[in-house]
Amino acid sequence: MKVANDTRRGFTAAQYAICFSGIVWREGLRFLQQRERFLSALVRPLVWLFIFAAGFRQVLGVSIIPPYETYVLYEEYITPGLVAMIQLFNGMQSSLAMVYDREMGNMRTLLVSPLPRWYLLACKLFAGTAVSVLQVYAFLAVAWFWEIRPPPLGYFAVLPALILSGLMLGALGMMLSSLIKQLENFAGVMNFIIFPMFFASSALYPLWRVRESSTLLYDICNLNPFTHAVELIRFALYARIEWVALAVVCGCAIAFMLAAILAYDPARGFMTRRGGPGGGA
Amino acid sequence: MSAREPGEIMTEVRALDIERVSHAYGARRALDDVSFAVPVGSFAVLLGLNGAGKSTLLSLVTRLFAVRHGRIRIFGHDVEREPGEALRRLGVVFQARTLDLDLSVRQNLAYHAALHGIGRRRARARADQVLAEAGLADRAGDKARNLSGGQMRRLEIARALLHEPRLLVLDEPTVGLDIKARADILAHVRSLVAAGVAVLWTTHLVDEVAADDAVIVLHRGRVLAHRPAADLVRETGATDIRSAFERLTRAADGDLAA
Repeated sequence: MKVANDTRRGFTAAQYAICFSGIVWREGLRFLQQRERFLSALVRPLVWLFIFAAGFRQVLGVSIIPPYETYVLYEEYITPGLVAMIQLFNGMQSSLAMVYDREMGNMRTLLVSPLPRWYLLACKLFAGTAVSVLQVYAFLAVAWFWEIRPPPLGYFAVLPALILSGLMLGALGMMLSSLIKQLENFAGVMNFIIFPMFFASSALYPLWRVRESSTLLYDICNLNPFTHAVELIRFALYARIEWVALAVVCGCAIAFMLAAILAYDPARGFMTRRGGPGGGA
Repeated sequence: MSAREPGEIMTEVRALDIERVSHAYGARRALDDVSFAVPVGSFAVLLGLNGAGKSTLLSLVTRLFAVRHGRIRIFGHDVEREPGEALRRLGVVFQARTLDLDLSVRQNLAYHAALHGIGRRRARARADQVLAEAGLADRAGDKARNLSGGQMRRLEIARALLHEPRLLVLDEPTVGLDIKARADILAHVRSLVAAGVAVLWTTHLVDEVAADDAVIVLHRGRVLAHRPAADLVRETGATDIRSAFERLTRAADGDLAA
């Protein structure tokens, strides 16, 4: 091997694009190779759709509320919530992978890249979102056979909504992984984040029903960014835009992403193993 | 090969320049005022016992940790101020395995190439080259998990060289390998120096040090010596590098105890 005189400086836009496509490609390849992960991501919402929704169809009535123009079956109502649930779990799972990678050392390969660290983390976030979009379309394809059939245009219109909500939930997961010292602590955070976010939202029941039982819970649901992700997806599936949800999801995605990048410290897992600050925590 | 870069004509540029670096984990000091340099196109050994601070130092060189006290420059580029320029000239082999075991040998290299912004055609040509040099050309399509320990290490070295770095740092790369694999890897890395790559080889195994190697002895976070191995042996009145290292570290421990 001969090393040439090195006068390289800076990076071109093409090099940034190559890096982005490389990270997305690697994430997609890993996802497709891990069939169990793909199946479990699909089975979880399908269990909710086939069993939970079918069981509660008679109990939980849904009145005509936008974007629906007629009465809908409960299965149809909770489909956008289950789509958002896929993205929520995927966002958290990607973060789990980041904690694992950091502890096992794989993350170091990414972080010694000469491209800016914020860019690398953003690429990682987009890659996780791309995987979640694949999962969602697989779920919607199965749901179609269960007679959950939004208008054909909705399948296209929902794509930008999925990207935005995927980025928001992925950034939330990344922010959490930035604050976690050790892999074992992540399970607790999953329980404290995923379940409260999912249940205190409009994923399973419309908010007007929540208000009937508790105005406090209604306010909490309204403040929950996951509610807005669900509504953004719900309206987009019917080729409509919910502007408040769009603004909240965009704002939260940017805020979570900035916080995740600022909080990210690759030394965290290393220090824990070395018995440094937080060691043994 | 020229050691000089634009804008640095009047100064002597070293491959790696570590200047008064200190680092602590909370109250525990891991590195204390560490300074040394690795000249362009040379082979240097960072020798120290477990816990001496070698991995911490390499984490600072690779910018995994922020350098808060002191300066680290790679070919004149400060790792904190110009991380992109510093890291693009650096190849790293970490102590822990960092291969993606679910990907093939070639896919691991392709991923690394993408992280350095290297286009597909160039990446493929470079992958063929480094795999041939590492003796892994016939394993390109195999999954990384199916390689032996020595082959995985060779692949990590090949990957570290893919983007044509001018400085290669290796953190205890022979740990856990058999004698033959260790010798093969050491010989392979030494051969890179002839091609103009500066190497910082980190180890606690004194038998990996050759007489004409520059040796930096790191002990309890401090540099005890930095000179050619033969000089170190002569100056300490020892018969070989092992006893020279033991005398140096024992004397330092005695000083600390006193």
